[in-house]
Amino acid sequence: MLPAGVLLLVFLTYPLGLGTWLGFTDAKVGRDGHWVGIENFQYLVGDAVARLSLFNTLFYTIVASVFKFALGLWLALLLNRNLPFKSFFRAVVLLPFIVPTALSAIAFWWMYDAQFSVISWVLMKAGFIDRYVDFLGDPWNARLSVIAANIWRGVPFVAICLLAGLQTISPSLYEAAALDGATPWQRFRYVTLPLLTPIIAVVMTFSVLFTFTDFQLIYVITRGGPLNSTHLMATLSFQRAISGGSLGEGAALATLMVPFLLAAILFSYFGLQRRAWQQGAKD
Amino acid sequence: MSKYSRRDFLKTTAGAAAAGSLGLGATWSQDAFAQGKWTPEKGAKLRVLRWKRFVQGDEDMWLANTKKFAEKTGIEVRVDSEGWEDVRPKAAVAANVGSGPDVIISTFEDAHQYPDKLVDVTDVCNYLGGKYGGWYDVCKSYCTEKGKWIAVPMGCAGNAVVHRIGAMKKAGFEEFPKDLPGFLKLAQAYKAAGIPPGFALGNATGDGNVWCHWLVWSHGGKMVDEKGNVVIASPETEAALNYGKQLYETFIPGTLSWLDPNNNKAFLDGQIGMTTNGISIYYAAKNSQDPKIKEMVADIGHANLPIGPIGKTTELNLFFPMMIFKYSKYPNAAKAYLAFMMEKEQYEPWQQAAIGYVSHPLAAYEKNPLWGSDPKNLPYSNSMKIMLPNGYAGPMGYASAATMADFIMVNMVAEAASGSKTPKEAMDRAKARAERYYKV
Repeated sequence: MLPAGVLLLVFLTYPLGLGTWLGFTDAKVGRDGHWVGIENFQYLVGDAVARLSLFNTLFYTIVASVFKFALGLWLALLLNRNLPFKSFFRAVVLLPFIVPTALSAIAFWWMYDAQFSVISWVLMKAGFIDRYVDFLGDPWNARLSVIAANIWRGVPFVAICLLAGLQTISPSLYEAAALDGATPWQRFRYVTLPLLTPIIAVVMTFSVLFTFTDFQLIYVITRGGPLNSTHLMATLSFQRAISGGSLGEGAALATLMVPFLLAAILFSYFGLQRRAWQQGAKD
Repeated sequence: MSKYSRRDFLKTTAGAAAAGSLGLGATWSQDAFAQGKWTPEKGAKLRVLRWKRFVQGDEDMWLANTKKFAEKTGIEVRVDSEGWEDVRPKAAVAANVGSGPDVIISTFEDAHQYPDKLVDVTDVCNYLGGKYGGWYDVCKSYCTEKGKWIAVPMGCAGNAVVHRIGAMKKAGFEEFPKDLPGFLKLAQAYKAAGIPPGFALGNATGDGNVWCHWLVWSHGGKMVDEKGNVVIASPETEAALNYGKQLYETFIPGTLSWLDPNNNKAFLDGQIGMTTNGISIYYAAKNSQDPKIKEMVADIGHANLPIGPIGKTTELNLFFPMMIFKYSKYPNAAKAYLAFMMEKEQYEPWQQAAIGYVSHPLAAYEKNPLWGSDPKNLPYSNSMKIMLPNGYAGPMGYASAATMADFIMVNMVAEAASGSKTPKEAMDRAKARAERYYKV
């Protein structure tokens, strides 16, 4: 117990505590900070770029998570069938998750390049467009492009975890449902979904946490541009704290992420994991 | 992380060890470069962190010179290289925690971010300045604090306009325009010729900051005045933003997303006819095996950015300070290393190997044969002489570094140029953001 406690204290509690403390100081790189109370937080609330980064982070997390869940579940259901070369496909699906993020981010950066995009090139050759798509130069295009990259990377994690969940469901339940005349949709709705919900809760909690705190994809593909339209709280926090030297302000911005992350966790545990309705009772 | 490989390390240190065992270290104090000034500490070993080369010749010669130093002195030197934007945060962390490489070769005004953590190198700079014709003025802005040198200037990665000569002449320009109206006309001509200009407007730390600062400074705008008051919202800045908007209309699509590598790729692919960059595009073209790119070499021209209404050069270049940290156990060895690397015998061949990617901070190196060997190198030869320092016209330090790191100038220009904000709105936003940093 003691070693585990020490590890948690040193590697989890201390950095988190220090980060939170720094958020209440005006610490600069190379200089000790002084206590400034909530001044950093007050400034960030009024700062247009920080507010934009909050919007970007929420938009990025919500859209990417919804798509990752839908596609991941769909993929898991497909892989749960008796397909030929099942093991091979299951391994292949994991590839995007296995490739180092920085590497896949560089690949996406090329694919979205204003001048050398392979996507634009194919669309041009096929006659669908007459000029290259400005994937990363237009704020909304850029937001959607980085979300697409995040979905590509995150779907395998969701799919494989849900597949593991699907395989724990006893086939006898489906047989019983079939005997009762349940349609495929009813089997999914009343057998698969309730039994899968606990694992969905865990998987989506992790997925939301990973997405909300994403850094590498944005840092490599856009650096937060154009016009700060893809800056997430994590990237802006790094830019201000480390590149810009404002440790206090950067830490405050990072600390501001905590309530959102806690809310996601609480929603998952107290919302999705409520078992009563899964047993057929009313909430 | 890009790193000096184990093999390279062994090669260098093996030489050092051999030299040490042969007693060559004893010749140290008699050597001309050292003049007995910096007797290395016993058993000194150095760790150097520097930005990763943009041109291969730079790294090769830097390591060769390091090896030479190791052989002469018996001091082991390990050189690690990191992407240039990663060096700044690492240096900051080293300063903060009091542990890390003995020498860090970083960028811009880093020395002013933690001056009290750095070793006083006045003796090294006085020695080098006295021997090599003096330091250019801008070096003092970057590397001195209260009359003391806190870093040794390595030089700067000079930026210049890189353009296509043929299309320029075809458009009726015999030489590269030296004023803003002529520059705009040339940009329009390049667009008409199907090879439009392209200047980075994304969060490109190097290329974005360089040309956006020039744009505003050339019109007389500036982020702060001499006392550090934020004065960016001014008629001069507004004029600059209006000019920038006209210039942007000639750009190739997509520059709002451009990071540092984009313009290099687009230029070498023949998609753009004009941009600002270091000499690396020319270097890449010269060393390319691709016949199409080789053909381009003769058509590549370089020029300094035009002079605006304020009547003087207003360029910003990527300055490199070499800092020794107080936590180093071997400050004398580190001083000796830096002095050695800046001596003519090492510095000039190194500049040549990098075909002038780094412009010198010492006046004597104007005579480096490199600059006369190819007329196309010339615009890069005076980069240190014609540049303005970061945070012009105010004091350098935390605020100027943070303002640039937060891309305030680049975002302001991008917002106004792209039309997402009016020039006035863009200036006001920039002012509000900069005031946050300059209030301390």
